[in-house]
Amino acid sequence: MSTVVERLTPRPLARGRARWIGFETILIREFQRIIRIWPQTILPSAVTATLYLVIFGSVIGRRIGTMDGFAYMVYIAPGLIMQAVIINSYNNVVSSFYGAKFGRHIEELLVSPLPSWIIVSGYVAGGVMRGAMVGLVVSGVWMFFTRLPILHPTIVIAAAVLTSVTFSLGGFLNAMFAKSFDQISIIPTFVLTPLIYFGGVFYSINALPVWARHLSLVDPILYMVNSFRFGFLGVSDVGVWDAFAIMIVAVTILFVAAIVLLDRSSGIRE
Amino acid sequence: MNALSVQGLTKTYGNGVQALKGIDLAVEEGDFFALLGPNGAGKTTLIGIVTSLVRKTAGHASIFGYDVDRELEAAKSCIGVVPQEINFNQFESPETIVINQAGFYGIPRPVARVRAELYLKQLQLWDKRKHASRALSGGMKRRLMIARALMHEPRLLILDEPTAGVDIEVRRSMWEFLREINQRGTTIILTTHYLEEAETLCRNIAIIDHGRIIERDRMSNLLRRLHTETFVLTLRHPLRQAPQLPAYSAKLVDEHTLEVEISTEQNVNDLFARLSALGIEVISMRNKVNRLEEIFIRLVEKGAAA
Repeated sequence: MSTVVERLTPRPLARGRARWIGFETILIREFQRIIRIWPQTILPSAVTATLYLVIFGSVIGRRIGTMDGFAYMVYIAPGLIMQAVIINSYNNVVSSFYGAKFGRHIEELLVSPLPSWIIVSGYVAGGVMRGAMVGLVVSGVWMFFTRLPILHPTIVIAAAVLTSVTFSLGGFLNAMFAKSFDQISIIPTFVLTPLIYFGGVFYSINALPVWARHLSLVDPILYMVNSFRFGFLGVSDVGVWDAFAIMIVAVTILFVAAIVLLDRSSGIRE
Repeated sequence: MNALSVQGLTKTYGNGVQALKGIDLAVEEGDFFALLGPNGAGKTTLIGIVTSLVRKTAGHASIFGYDVDRELEAAKSCIGVVPQEINFNQFESPETIVINQAGFYGIPRPVARVRAELYLKQLQLWDKRKHASRALSGGMKRRLMIARALMHEPRLLILDEPTAGVDIEVRRSMWEFLREINQRGTTIILTTHYLEEAETLCRNIAIIDHGRIIERDRMSNLLRRLHTETFVLTLRHPLRQAPQLPAYSAKLVDEHTLEVEISTEQNVNDLFARLSALGIEVISMRNKVNRLEEIFIRLVEKGAAA
């Protein structure tokens, strides 16, 4: 089989550098996965965006007229981009991490010296990467057909990244608890989709009755969609800084929960 | 220094099964160590605890002096593990799998690429490096897991039945490769069901059964304890009944096959002289069972009876 085994031992790396390489490797692996199965990861959102554009933007939107001073097609564009970011960030992490659990290749990471926070960060960064890729594709589709202004680019980026991190962490937690493929589709279908649809993607909550407006305020996605819309159009149903505060708190709580659960290895180690 | 040291290691699973019952074990640096035991004896649980895939209930474990409770990161850096079951992403190529694994251990990609070429070539997987790993044969998948475990050049390599389901030719070439790795200083702990493999490769041995170590010795000492061996002789001419061989226990299996038990005080030359005197011509001879297998079965049966 072989003659001589050569040793190729470089100088030991500093712990920080070694951890960075580990993080980078998880991210590269996620990128390879997204590209390898692009018809499942990138394409569906582009198709859905086009359908929304045709049906809600063009056919129905013309009858609705304007909302908050913008053509309906322009008004719903940020919300629909955010919807794609949320769904793709969540789905990327939940399917990748659960797939690794199911196929047992999560053990490659668990036996390695990488600490839990690096593993969580790597998967979350993968989710953000797919959220960003799909977000750009969907934005491209919309911008091809409409003139979508970007009044505050920094707010657009910050809102997209924080939302993506939040839902990537959500996907990670779902995957930690899931014991079957059914369980990774329950939350997106029965929790995420209703929250998105009631989160002001298609309408301003000011158009709702008072009780419904108050009820909408408990939906976290409302804050994400509105801060994102503010970045594009300069209009929002909620205070933008309140929205950022809520997102930062959500990210912090979910990140700590993910690390604690991975450290305890709930559902992974025996 | 001990490569592996465990004291009072206990594991009770959630369903109440006590897989390990206070195990003490030390494996010296540089050793080629066999960990044997029947199915369900606790071998894989022990390996799982050492590699942090299973949480221990009680006890201590350390790798090259690094306590797995207090210095887990350092302890894990020293270990390479080849598990019993395939656990790589079967949609990825062998090259991607080994390079990524190196990355998880902080090995920069340029170095990982060089090592990937080295180990994939040595394990005869270089030609398949770009194929989806699910298309590899069973033997290739096992070799891929060995290549993956070596990417960070661990000081301790743990192999949990690495040659299960591998044909004899490939198994022997894997033995040669593992011997080289060991000779270059890597400590190896091997669990296997092929006792010939353990006897051929390992210098020290522990036998685990029902969650306890029932034997721990040098391989040579253990084999020396075997007082008798049974040889199977193939005869040129048929016999109707077993020949009279005073001091030997002989049994005719069929008219061309004779089984003879020889103790350590006796010798094969004397047996052949007696057979020749009786005009019995032997055309071939083999051990009835592997020597280690015989001891293993006796120890495990003794444990079960106790």
